Amino acid sequence: MRERRATVDVSFDGVEYEAYADESVMDASRRLGIGIPSLCYLEGLSVWGGCRMCVVQIAEDHRLRPACATPVAPDMEIHTDTPQLRAHRKAITELLFAEGNHVCAVCVVNGNCELQDVAVDTGMDHVRFDYQSPQREIDASHPKYIFDPNRCIVCTRCVRVCHEIEGAHVWDVAYRGSEAVLVTGMNQPWGTVDSCTWCGKCVAVCPTGALAYQGRAVGEMQHQTDIVIRLAMARNKGEWIDPAELEEMR
Amino acid sequence: MAAPIDLHEVAEREHEARSRYPWRIKACASTACLSAGATGTVQSLEQTIETNDLALDAVVIPTGCMGLCSRGPLVRVMRRGGDETMYQAVNEEVAVDIVKKHIKKHEFVETNLLDTSIPFFAAQERIVLANGGVIDPDRIEGYVAHGGYLALQKVLTEMTPEAVVQEVTASGIRGRGGAGYPAGSKWSLLAKAPGEQKYVVANGDEGDPGAYMDRTVMEDDPHRLIEGIAIAAYATGASKAFIYVRAEYPRAVERLDRAIRVARRNRLLGRKILETDFNLDVEVRIGAGAFVCGEETALLASIEGLRGVPQLRPPYPTEKGLWGSPTMINNVETLANIPAIVTKGADWFASIGTPKSTGTKVFALAGDLVNIGLIEVPMGTTLRTIVEDIGGGIPDGKAFKAAQTGGPSGGCIPAEFLDTPVDYDSLRQLGSIMGSGGLIVMDDDVSMPEVAKFFMDFSMDESCGKCTPCRAGTVQIHGLLERITAGQGSWTDLRHLEQLCATVRDTSLCGLGQSAPNPVLSTIQYFGDEYESLLVESGLEVVDA
Ligand SMILES: Cc1cc2nc3c(=O)[nH]c(=O)nc-3n(C[C@H](O)[C@H](O)[C@H](O)COP(=O)(O)O)c2cc1C
Repeated sequence: MRERRATVDVSFDGVEYEAYADESVMDASRRLGIGIPSLCYLEGLSVWGGCRMCVVQIAEDHRLRPACATPVAPDMEIHTDTPQLRAHRKAITELLFAEGNHVCAVCVVNGNCELQDVAVDTGMDHVRFDYQSPQREIDASHPKYIFDPNRCIVCTRCVRVCHEIEGAHVWDVAYRGSEAVLVTGMNQPWGTVDSCTWCGKCVAVCPTGALAYQGRAVGEMQHQTDIVIRLAMARNKGEWIDPAELEEMR
Repeated sequence: MAAPIDLHEVAEREHEARSRYPWRIKACASTACLSAGATGTVQSLEQTIETNDLALDAVVIPTGCMGLCSRGPLVRVMRRGGDETMYQAVNEEVAVDIVKKHIKKHEFVETNLLDTSIPFFAAQERIVLANGGVIDPDRIEGYVAHGGYLALQKVLTEMTPEAVVQEVTASGIRGRGGAGYPAGSKWSLLAKAPGEQKYVVANGDEGDPGAYMDRTVMEDDPHRLIEGIAIAAYATGASKAFIYVRAEYPRAVERLDRAIRVARRNRLLGRKILETDFNLDVEVRIGAGAFVCGEETALLASIEGLRGVPQLRPPYPTEKGLWGSPTMINNVETLANIPAIVTKGADWFASIGTPKSTGTKVFALAGDLVNIGLIEVPMGTTLRTIVEDIGGGIPDGKAFKAAQTGGPSGGCIPAEFLDTPVDYDSLRQLGSIMGSGGLIVMDDDVSMPEVAKFFMDFSMDESCGKCTPCRAGTVQIHGLLERITAGQGSWTDLRHLEQLCATVRDTSLCGLGQSAPNPVLSTIQYFGDEYESLLVESGLEVVDA
């Protein structure tokens, strides 16, 4: 018999819920069907806390907290949808759109993009800030995949999934600030990186069109985040997955 | 194993040696004076003494910082059992004069006299900098002669670790690294943390532009820092300590390395310290020049050899720090206060400063002031005292406009608040912070939006890029400031600037982003008219979300 997981009472936006005592605000909100937008968070991977989309207000705390990195606590009063939070999330979304070249009309993931979804969720209808229009070189050296750093939001899902799940550690962040960029191997063309196993997990989890299969046209690319989450969660629990189940998900 | 140092004997020998010379000439050989030519000064003093056959009458002692850096190289001439005279701007020729006139003929070199009764010296209270201009940093004997390592001996032989934590708590000392977290609380967190292996880390990254308080401690009185670290380690149960020094401080690294070796040889570090059961290993780690590596979690990552980016807290380092073990990070100046707290007692320390900000604070005075240099004043000293008395006021008959504290994380304080006591809480109320001790004074020629742009440029450059608001937000804030200072900004730009500052402040991951908007917000608050006068009237009322 498994021991029953301890629970605590929490409230989301004034409504009372039961949450598991050992889960994060993010995990509780997902389980309970409360939508907190997020980009870098991915179930089963380590928590990065960098995109800041998931900030929430805990009671009267003087500081906002990222839901992904905040453990629930007894009687925690969580606010996910205040005017202040809405304004901040919209501004962060605009910052991301202004920072890269996120032109949905010409993007392989148009219609299948988490960044696009977040823009819809946060009600972003225009960008107040100057477009930075980066001119970073696209890496098409890999026979199977393509990396467009101009569409990258530095969420590091690729870094984490490659290191933590696949164990290959092909990806890393190089440089800092607005020059921070994802690199493969020792900052060399992806196609020349021997440690890449061609597993495609990085491509599967990318929330934007930065990582895609070669040869896809606008709107043709589908990420398969759900498969990786299933893998990662099973791996964390030491659980065996029937190959047939994965085949079905593909 | 070598016998431990006999502190009293060493001190006595040192005092004896001191009284052997009728004249002792202390020459500041700290970084600021060195760049003003102090190496030549020292050589010239020594040569002139020799050629004038005065080698038995006078000795030259290179020392740490005397404080008034803008008048360097500084020299103090001390007569046995008697008065002392301070000289400024001592170049090689003046050095010759000092020997030939002052030492030989007992006549002052009038042109270079420096009056030590001026408030610059008189209004200071030196705890951390007590040995500046007094001892030769490379000789442990000098430190010991001034009571060095007695505090360590006292805690090891007379106090339990709990009693030491209690003493530090009672002193009320708050972290000098910027945030002002009570040191006693942090020490007690580490002391209570479970685990065999614990670490103490001294934060000597000191990235604020213009700041050199911690560098001065590390270069000029390295043993004070080492003693503070050893006491902290004993109190908290740590057996390994790191001093994290930025790579731009090679002299600090060299002096600390040497001081650690000498301390180990004298059984003040290493195994069985002073013949007790306390063991401590101290190691210097060198940063690679990123401002963000001063942030404690980024600093720990850097020590581990990882990319220096901030980590999410909780867990706090005192729960899970270096290699997963409980770790306490203290600023260099915080730790340098500890020996005096132990020796003179918590009550003495708490009697200095204000009830909520006890002790002193070291500031690097810079900008439009008559006196520029390093000062140490009781907490709660008013800005006016610092600017007008210690700083000697604004040169060229100009007026004071603003004081900037806390560097890129701080704000600008206008003239109307000159009577504010400088302590953690008062500065925060004014939209600035104490920071680590940079204090830049600006006269009325300075454009405040330009100042804001300068600091935003710094923050933008130093952002690590991990979180969106800091990475992308500082770029946009900087762009808006560029447009406004170029006279091309609109009212809409100003509104966007304020909105964006709020987002970056409220949603950034670490202190860098959270406080990066402070220079902008505080200058808009106090000098809003300067921004407005730069805006172009577009004639269009832009309606915007
Ligand atoms: C961007 C950033 C830079 C920092 N730089 C320094 C620094 O150079 N030196 C320092 O002591 N603390 C620095 N801090 C504060 C440290 O994170 C930490 O609070 C401090 O070292 C703790 O020591 P204390 O409690 O003695 O003040 C910095 C914080 C931030 C957010």
